[in-house]
Amino acid sequence: MKRILHLSAATPRLGALALVLPLLAFVTVSFVIPLGTLLGKSAYQPEVARVLPQTITELREWTGDGLPSEDAFAAMARELTALGENRPELARVSGAINRVQSGMRGVLNRTARRLARTGQAGSWRATLTGIDSSWEEPATWLAIREAGARFTLRHYLHALDLEQRSGGGIAPKAADERVYTPLMWRTLLVSLGVTLLCLAIGYPIAYMIAASPPARGRILLLLVLVPFWTSLLVRTTAWIVLLQRQGVINGFLVSLGLVPDDGRLQMIYNMTGTFVAMTHVLLPFMVLPLYSVMRSIPKSHMAAAVSLGAAPLQAFRRVYLPQTLPGIGAGSLLVFILAIGYYITPALVGGRTGELISSQIAYHVQTSLNWGLAAALSSILLVAVTVLYLVYSRAIGIERMRLG
Amino acid sequence: MNQPAPHVEYRAVHKRYAESDWVVRDLDLELNRGEFLTLLGPSGSGKTTCLMMLAGFEPPTMGDIRINGVSVAGLPPDKRGIGVVFQNYALFPHMSVGANLAFPLEVRGLSADQRRERVARALELVRLEGYEDRRPNQLSGGQQQRVAIARALVFEPELVLMDEPLGALDRRLREQLQYEIRRIQRQLGVTVLYVTHDQTEAMAMSDRVAVFRAGRIEQVASPEVLYEEPQRPFVASFIGENNLLRGRIVSVERGVCHVDVGDQHIQAAHIGDLAPGSETLVAIRPERVHIAPLSMHYSNEFDAEVEDISFLGDHLRVRLLTCGSSDFIAKIPNIVGHGGILPGDTVRIGWGALDCRALEAEAL
Repeated sequence: MKRILHLSAATPRLGALALVLPLLAFVTVSFVIPLGTLLGKSAYQPEVARVLPQTITELREWTGDGLPSEDAFAAMARELTALGENRPELARVSGAINRVQSGMRGVLNRTARRLARTGQAGSWRATLTGIDSSWEEPATWLAIREAGARFTLRHYLHALDLEQRSGGGIAPKAADERVYTPLMWRTLLVSLGVTLLCLAIGYPIAYMIAASPPARGRILLLLVLVPFWTSLLVRTTAWIVLLQRQGVINGFLVSLGLVPDDGRLQMIYNMTGTFVAMTHVLLPFMVLPLYSVMRSIPKSHMAAAVSLGAAPLQAFRRVYLPQTLPGIGAGSLLVFILAIGYYITPALVGGRTGELISSQIAYHVQTSLNWGLAAALSSILLVAVTVLYLVYSRAIGIERMRLG
Repeated sequence: MNQPAPHVEYRAVHKRYAESDWVVRDLDLELNRGEFLTLLGPSGSGKTTCLMMLAGFEPPTMGDIRINGVSVAGLPPDKRGIGVVFQNYALFPHMSVGANLAFPLEVRGLSADQRRERVARALELVRLEGYEDRRPNQLSGGQQQRVAIARALVFEPELVLMDEPLGALDRRLREQLQYEIRRIQRQLGVTVLYVTHDQTEAMAMSDRVAVFRAGRIEQVASPEVLYEEPQRPFVASFIGENNLLRGRIVSVERGVCHVDVGDQHIQAAHIGDLAPGSETLVAIRPERVHIAPLSMHYSNEFDAEVEDISFLGDHLRVRLLTCGSSDFIAKIPNIVGHGGILPGDTVRIGWGALDCRALEAEAL
């Protein structure tokens, strides 16, 4: 009897679990796995160790002083000879090592080609150094050993503009060699600026919609939502039409005589373009949570505050504004997180000075094929956003946040 | 000696919202100092609008509102110093009870000590001592209402407006709070303008009641006068229950008129200046109708057929077919039982001439 009761209680629980399963599977496939792979890629790179196993094993015993043993030369030569028949694999490995030290692609390709033609001549060491003098330099072998490590923080160092000193220890690169940290700071500041702009523009809009009679409110809300039905590309290129040198706004200013014809304003392909277009694109994400919160605040609250003797501005600050904080938080977090990873808009209208970190990530994914570095940059962004989110949830309380 | 000015005066006040019909039409009303006056009427009859105009949230379209004889036109609501209790309480959810109550004191620049003392006193007044640190959402509906009342009183206004403050509460709590509000009002001597659509509530609490209909006041009087001497059929049917019989006045003599109702003839108190020949509605309270098997020597006596009887505890409600009405109600107090009356019986009903009133006919 007890068991039957237990079973009858367990069955609906199992049923509920079965209902959740497709969603769970979807989240796993579309979210957990890609994210995990990404994080893995940034620190785990087994290619070189897989293709050159003996060489890497031999090099592990090498102290790093002078040149490695004859065994290491022999292993390298054997594995390169074997690789010579497998072009794509060779390309991948030489690419990976080349990223640690440039010039290595040529050395490896040349050596593999010559080895296939001539074979061994004397000791392996003599053979290799005969083909290319680079093999006499410890740096070459250090690079191979470095690339052969399955786990590495190299990409993170690179992404943070740090470098490993030859004597050990980590130090920042020279100021003029830094690429990614200035870009990250810029991305953070632009995201923050866009968030503040969206808040400044979105708050009155949301208030107006919430305060309107329902019929007018619906139309205004529709106007906020219209951009969602328009392609992002169209919206962004529309700004190009408006802001470019021969564009609508410049034309208007020139026709009014406010701006001389030869001094047309540069409002696009720079930071201004990035700011304007991103604020426009992200504005609905601020307006909607704000509107949802404002709609739930009874009109009588402001009336009550005023009847109690508070001047309208005081009533707004003491009674209305605090009640909209959850909406401000939700909207700002949403806009900030979207802004920090924004790609298409800054890429199209940002030019060189309005470029954000996402462009670099895209470049390393699509063009330079340095996925490890792209993954490291993405992971750093992810950590930054997570930290921000935690700080926010401590400060305002995530349970009070309203996303609409 | 000059009569002191009324505390509040509405002078020929009209109100309409853009393009809509008049919400309030030609309103003249006076509130005396320390008076509890209720605006009573069906929803949409303009009573809340009257309140909001006095509070300063809506300007009158025409006419003038005066407080202590001085026009308040152009005075913003935060400068009027009127306590307002809203229908949904309008407590600030992000503040504790104590902060809610301290808010009007804070904007008036009172010191923290003064605030604490006044807040404690206001909470004592509504019997919620020690609730300072609670949040509004931790309170029951009745407690929230008490806090709202305390907040409207804590800055010691002379005039308090209440817009259906008990509408969301259940009946028992409502009755309890009606008594409380009345007690507090008497204790502080404040003038209260109260809005409700519940006539029992209006009768129980008010010194005077203004009955609203479609933006106009039908009658302003004490609850007793409203009940006993309604001037118009709407008031007669809205306050308590009345049988209304449509007829035509035949003759008038010494305050009593003779009315033809169908093929019957009724004697009724003559109200206003209705001339013979004019249409009238004769109002008879159900509890004034007597039922007996035999003649009773009333001025008005008729045969009636019993359609239906309901037992309602303290009284019996009898639906009768008489005087051309198939829905004539009589109430028999449950003192002697129902005397064996059954549906289908023919009985004798009767009432005095001054127990019924011939009012000017109007569409209801």
